[in-house]
Amino acid sequence: MRAEDIHPAGLRPGDVLRGGAVGLRTRPLRAALSALGIAIGIAAMVAVVGISSSSRADLDRTLDSLGTNLLTVSPGRTMDGGLAKLPARAEDMVARIGPVASVSAIGRVADANVYRTDRIPAAETGGLAAYAVRTDLPAATGARLRDGTWLNAATARHPAVVLGATAAERLGVGRAAPEVRVLVGGQWFTVVGILQPAPLAPELDIGALVGWPAAQDRLGFDGHATTVYTRSADAAVEDVRSVLGATANPAAPNEVEVSRPSDALAAKRAAGEAFTRLLLGVGAVALLVGGVGVANTMVISVLERLAEIGLRRALGATRGHIRTQFLAESLLLSALGGAAGALLGAGVTASYAASQSWPPVVPVWTLAGALAATLATGTLAGLYPAVHAGRLPPTTALATP
Amino acid sequence: MIELTNVTRTYAGGVTALAGVSLTVAAGELVAVTGPSGSGKSTLLHVLGTLDRPTSGGVRIAGYDVAALSDAGLSALRAHRIGFVFQQFHLAGGTTALDNVADGLLYTGLRRAERRRRAERVLHRVGLGHRMEHRPHELSGGERQRVAVARAVAGDPPLLLADEPTGALDTASGAAVVELLRELNGAGTTVVVITHERELAAALPRQVRLRDGRLEHEGTVHGT
Ligand SMILES: Nc1ncnc2c1ncn2[C@@H]1O[C@H](COP(=O)(O)OP(=O)(O)OP(=O)(O)O)[C@@H](O)[C@H]1O
Ligand SMILES: [Mg+2]
Repeated sequence: MRAEDIHPAGLRPGDVLRGGAVGLRTRPLRAALSALGIAIGIAAMVAVVGISSSSRADLDRTLDSLGTNLLTVSPGRTMDGGLAKLPARAEDMVARIGPVASVSAIGRVADANVYRTDRIPAAETGGLAAYAVRTDLPAATGARLRDGTWLNAATARHPAVVLGATAAERLGVGRAAPEVRVLVGGQWFTVVGILQPAPLAPELDIGALVGWPAAQDRLGFDGHATTVYTRSADAAVEDVRSVLGATANPAAPNEVEVSRPSDALAAKRAAGEAFTRLLLGVGAVALLVGGVGVANTMVISVLERLAEIGLRRALGATRGHIRTQFLAESLLLSALGGAAGALLGAGVTASYAASQSWPPVVPVWTLAGALAATLATGTLAGLYPAVHAGRLPPTTALATP
Repeated sequence: MIELTNVTRTYAGGVTALAGVSLTVAAGELVAVTGPSGSGKSTLLHVLGTLDRPTSGGVRIAGYDVAALSDAGLSALRAHRIGFVFQQFHLAGGTTALDNVADGLLYTGLRRAERRRRAERVLHRVGLGHRMEHRPHELSGGERQRVAVARAVAGDPPLLLADEPTGALDTASGAAVVELLRELNGAGTTVVVITHERELAAALPRQVRLRDGRLEHEGTVHGT
């Protein structure tokens, strides 16, 4: 007996790859279609994660440039449900808090509507508001000018107005110029500047901003701030926050609303993440369907190639060799689909991010995850057909012409 | 080379394809297996080629007791000791003659370059040196079968088994294939050929005739 001295040889990696590619080579359309299923699933998942990561990167970038140390104080409700007012001295009081670095404020000018011309009926206010503003507002809020100039000590007394981004758009004002005027509270104001959108102070976007003294002199503004903005040292923001209400309105600290606008932005992002998880689930289902497609292709591939399997067995292939060949084919199909899907997903992310002017971000872990999902899908889809192919008796396999 | 003792093979449906076959084939022989359709010829060839195990009885091929070998061991035996030729050629479509032959050595552990080198040599040997880059559909039936024979003998197996190798060929191509088998036999390979064709069988040194799964008649004389 010489049973011990005859052993099957292992296949070289190159041969495994070539063997796995046989089905792809002979049935390229079917291979492409079943790989497409995987590609769609992977692309969906990569794009969902990529787009939400890009949006987050954009937010982080925004917060980075705007800072997270801005706190605002606004009047809340009185005990009996009416609108509260901040004391006239609120700004001074807030400025006295130790770590507070800068203070600014705006005050809503009651009953002052904003129009482009005097021919618009009074009821159509366009949702715009007139605000009296301090000249140091841009530094505190991070608001930036798109055109023109900001108010200075002189123009703050003149009938001069700076429009928020949305306000300028609604009024149809494209640029600041001496001859461009709008009606604020029934009086003509010259547009000296137009702001960019202010993410941390969105109320400015719909505002027509006039100097504090001008508002008092010309529009009957009562001098009470409706939002006080403060910047503090980063480490002290929470400390400042805890005393801000009582400082701004010592007589009625519970009639004051304190908020941190950067938190509101972050909360909006968190809400978006729940949706992202949902979409990710949709992508996973697509991948699953793709996997079923690959499994189906593999089952058919095995059925169609019984004679080839028999021949390979006759040539000396072991069950393991046959199994490996079909598993390699399944993995190759999935890997092709996965690679195409990852590229597609990254492409979708890049173009969507470009359209939103976000920095495109596809985290490395997404690609690693896509690779893992692809390989897992390929293995699962190919396992049964491969094992089945390996178990086929060589004679059965050969009996089919 | 081949030693069958009282081999039976009964299929799941209860068909007894081989009913006690004892056969010895010495190294270097060229044997024709004949018999009517359904007499068990292919079954016998599968048992000889270790593609199938007998239901009972002993099988020794090239010195190995088949019953003692695992499935993987039998695979290795086929890879190194046995070559097969089938009636339907079983060539891979879309693959050149050279690669078809080279892939016959896929499970021997040889490197690809070496496999192709040997394939080239053996294709020259079967007279297809000028058809190496042709794909099966660009070859005649006889050429295809010669490619299949080349694939079977590329690894220099001591035993070559052919199941109706001329069954799909016209007389002239069939004769060329038989001539090729004779040449290989002349060079030392033991060859067992299943065939329907009496004339073809009669021209070979030894004939074995099967009927209903039994060896009916054995003739070593030329002409039945
Ligand atoms: N896988 C199988 N399952 C059940 N019965 C089978 C199987 N393979 C062959 N048989 C039966 O076994 C018998 C012998 O078959 P075999 O293929 O060996 O005949 P053969 O001599 O090669 O015939 P042919 O000349 O037509 O090729 C036949 O009756 C056939 O029906
Ligand atoms: Mg037969």
